[in-house]
Amino acid sequence: MLDTAAEAAAVDFAPPIVRELDRHFGNQAFTLQPTRDGIPTLWSNAEHFRTLLKHLKTEIKPPYRLLFDLTAIDERLRAHRDGQPRSDFTVVYHLMSFDRNEDIRIKVPLQGEAPSVPTITDIWPNANWYEREAWDMFGITFAGHPNLRRILLPPTWEGHPLRKDQAARATETGLYTLDEEKERAEQEAMRFRPEEWGMRRHANTTDFLFLNLGPNHPSVHGVFRVILQLKGEEIIDAVPDIGFHHRAAEKMGERQSWHTYIPYTDRVDYLGGVMNNFPYVMAVERLAGIEAPDRAKMIRIMLAELFRIASHLVFYGTMAQDLGQLSPVFYMFTDRERVFEIMEAICGFRMHPGWFRIGGVADDLPEGWDRMIREFIDYLPRRLSEYDKLVMKNRLFQARTRGVGDYTIDDALEWGVTGPGLRACGLDWDYRKKRPYGGYDQLEFDIPTATHGDCYDRVAVRIEEMRQSLRIIRQCVENMPPGPYKSRHPLATPPIKAHTMRDIETLITHFLNVSWGPAIPPGEACVSIEATKGINGYYLISDGDTMSYRTRIRTPSFPHLQMIPAICRGALVADLIAIIGSIDFVMADVDR
Amino acid sequence: MSPIVSGLLNVVGILIVLVALAAGLTWIERRLLGFWQDRYGPNRAGPFGLLQAVADMIKILFKQDWVPPFADRPVFIIAPAVAMVTVLLAFAVVPVSPSIGIAANLNIGLLFFLAMSSLSVYSIVLAGWASNSKYSLLGGMRAAAQMLSYEVFMGLSVIGVVIIAGSFSLGDIVDAQHRLWFIIPQFLGFVVFVIAGIAETRRLPFDLPEGENELGAGFHTEYSGMKFGMFFVAEYIGIVLISAIITTLFLGGWRGPALPPLLWFLIKTGFFIGFFILLRAALPRPRYDQLMACGWKVMLPLALLNILLTGAVVLADRSPV
Repeated sequence: MLDTAAEAAAVDFAPPIVRELDRHFGNQAFTLQPTRDGIPTLWSNAEHFRTLLKHLKTEIKPPYRLLFDLTAIDERLRAHRDGQPRSDFTVVYHLMSFDRNEDIRIKVPLQGEAPSVPTITDIWPNANWYEREAWDMFGITFAGHPNLRRILLPPTWEGHPLRKDQAARATETGLYTLDEEKERAEQEAMRFRPEEWGMRRHANTTDFLFLNLGPNHPSVHGVFRVILQLKGEEIIDAVPDIGFHHRAAEKMGERQSWHTYIPYTDRVDYLGGVMNNFPYVMAVERLAGIEAPDRAKMIRIMLAELFRIASHLVFYGTMAQDLGQLSPVFYMFTDRERVFEIMEAICGFRMHPGWFRIGGVADDLPEGWDRMIREFIDYLPRRLSEYDKLVMKNRLFQARTRGVGDYTIDDALEWGVTGPGLRACGLDWDYRKKRPYGGYDQLEFDIPTATHGDCYDRVAVRIEEMRQSLRIIRQCVENMPPGPYKSRHPLATPPIKAHTMRDIETLITHFLNVSWGPAIPPGEACVSIEATKGINGYYLISDGDTMSYRTRIRTPSFPHLQMIPAICRGALVADLIAIIGSIDFVMADVDR
Repeated sequence: MSPIVSGLLNVVGILIVLVALAAGLTWIERRLLGFWQDRYGPNRAGPFGLLQAVADMIKILFKQDWVPPFADRPVFIIAPAVAMVTVLLAFAVVPVSPSIGIAANLNIGLLFFLAMSSLSVYSIVLAGWASNSKYSLLGGMRAAAQMLSYEVFMGLSVIGVVIIAGSFSLGDIVDAQHRLWFIIPQFLGFVVFVIAGIAETRRLPFDLPEGENELGAGFHTEYSGMKFGMFFVAEYIGIVLISAIITTLFLGGWRGPALPPLLWFLIKTGFFIGFFILLRAALPRPRYDQLMACGWKVMLPLALLNILLTGAVVLADRSPV
């Protein structure tokens, strides 16, 4: 468990990057903030932060090439801000370096009710959507942004919902009504006007066709709208429109106790199940200083990998379906059903078990738990080889996916691509391997990569990942350690019931932890994992309360979708469908 | 029985059987797909779900007959009728058995079939155009390009058969196969014709005009109720028609030992219908430009080569030695 002394020590022994920046900019340029996750966190200011970011991206060796996340914090009601510069709204830039295997966080304090900060879209193209999101949610303007408009909420929305003075519950606002006139106005606001996006309706000899693909379309995997500028069937440009699946998951984090928020996370990447619990509970544990027992760790990994397989099976089947192959999706859903049967036997739930708990998992494994899993890991490899023949070796499938929607490692880093989409370009970076978390250092597995970065390779990498996941699950089954499934730490929730029966004090603690929920000590922590679709991170800020002060969910699908126009220009409509399929996203993971 | 009565019986009989068959095929296709895809398919209405076709028909007949306000109304209504009429007319020239058939000995039988199948393109182009919707338009455009191209090879691929049989009449072509089915001397023509036939019926992997993953439902996106039903029925009759023509041209038509001719015809045709459904279960869809490239760069030369070889062999055979 970290304590204040350890935090103070962390400042004295600043990480090498901070000393390096000190030497370059002078140590008055920024303040260092201790955080629970150990990521160097520097406070810069609105005048200088761009120089700092540019320096980190281009000049420093090795560079921080990936803009992992960009978000904001409404600091106005935060009580525990010891040593941090005065700020009403803070913009947070989270950078990643694969070469250094390190992260860095830059914070920029802003004052007043209408904060403004220069854009960084010229440094990282993927800052575009993140800045629009910060404008949408917090009302922070980014000066110089090419098209700063709402991204998750409809253009008619009033207010900025992640501000602390905005209500989270319907009961706190007036009655919502939708009369005919309002409905018409809302629909009119949805109309696409090419001029607003700097697009032309005509070229010298052609009139372009603007095709509205979605939000209800068989191949957009949920409610996703992409507007295409077409010349014949060739795509000239595209504008993705998201937000139809926005459910205010981050705002809910501020209204739910640390414990009761767990089921919300399941539904973010709704194909990932407990995979979503993983970064969240680990972030809370980091804040609370809890270490989950070995058995809990192994159970978590096993269930998470089963869900990785389930998610990839959906991807595989729907990808084939998107290319017009009707049958594979049925076979793969049948296999996925087996994963759900295992889940049901262990957790009692199928898609969204919400099984992880702060300090462990909800319950121990049932008697005879390993039989079904063993059957499954013996069964699936045969099926996967069969699918190789059916799908991957099919000449038509190859013709549709090889050389389609390809991008390089450089493109991928510019746009913030992580996960299988990045490994398909040849970068063997897997969070589980490079920064083992939650017990992955105990397991043997490989990182599958490919070289072309096209649709075909993205499928191939995921298929190999399923095989590796089977390897991991087998090791979990063979080596499941004995012992408790939940930590004995006082903040583990809910506390182990048997311990409450001893005296009134433990009973009261139990009662409080279950009713109000645990009060997590103040601090900040971001914990990321290799989720099914890329790197998923939860950046939690505790103000010492029973609820989070700020819950930021960094999902992989958000930047992946932003990249679509860049990789589909010049392709045909049918290619776009292949590209969308190969990205593997779910809209809840994009919109949250 | 007077020729008029027997002719009428033939016409009415074939018409009723065809429409019933098309309805039945929807059930057969869904059951077969279910079987191949590890699921049940329709199995609730009646024994083995057999009444599903009836239930579907009742549903589709009672649906609101709706024409979108932005559509070109007369053309929008005519298009599905064209689809139905052309496939049904084409059936007139198919010799089902020695005694069943409407105009089996029409001396331009094969040309009549090709003409009808060319006309059926109009139904799709008109539907795509009249719907006045972008998805329909893209589907209609794809259909026009695809079907016109594949029409060419389809016509060329049967020339070999015509050369050997020496007639355009389907009845004569069946007679000419009394010793050897044309699938053997005309294997190349057979392959090209089957592929072009799938393209003509717009079935997977050639269902680009519909391409539901890209275009929603392509040219018939805006159609509903019985107008949609007519496209649907026309597609299934189209499958039966192409299977019947393949049987007639390359597999000796109703000819076969022991069993009655009608049964032979049904077995052979049924085999190809099953094959079409299996294709749909197995293959993905190529991209539009790939489909066209395959047509013009592979199929066309193959069809021409076939004519050349057949012509040379027939000439060599006839020349006095």
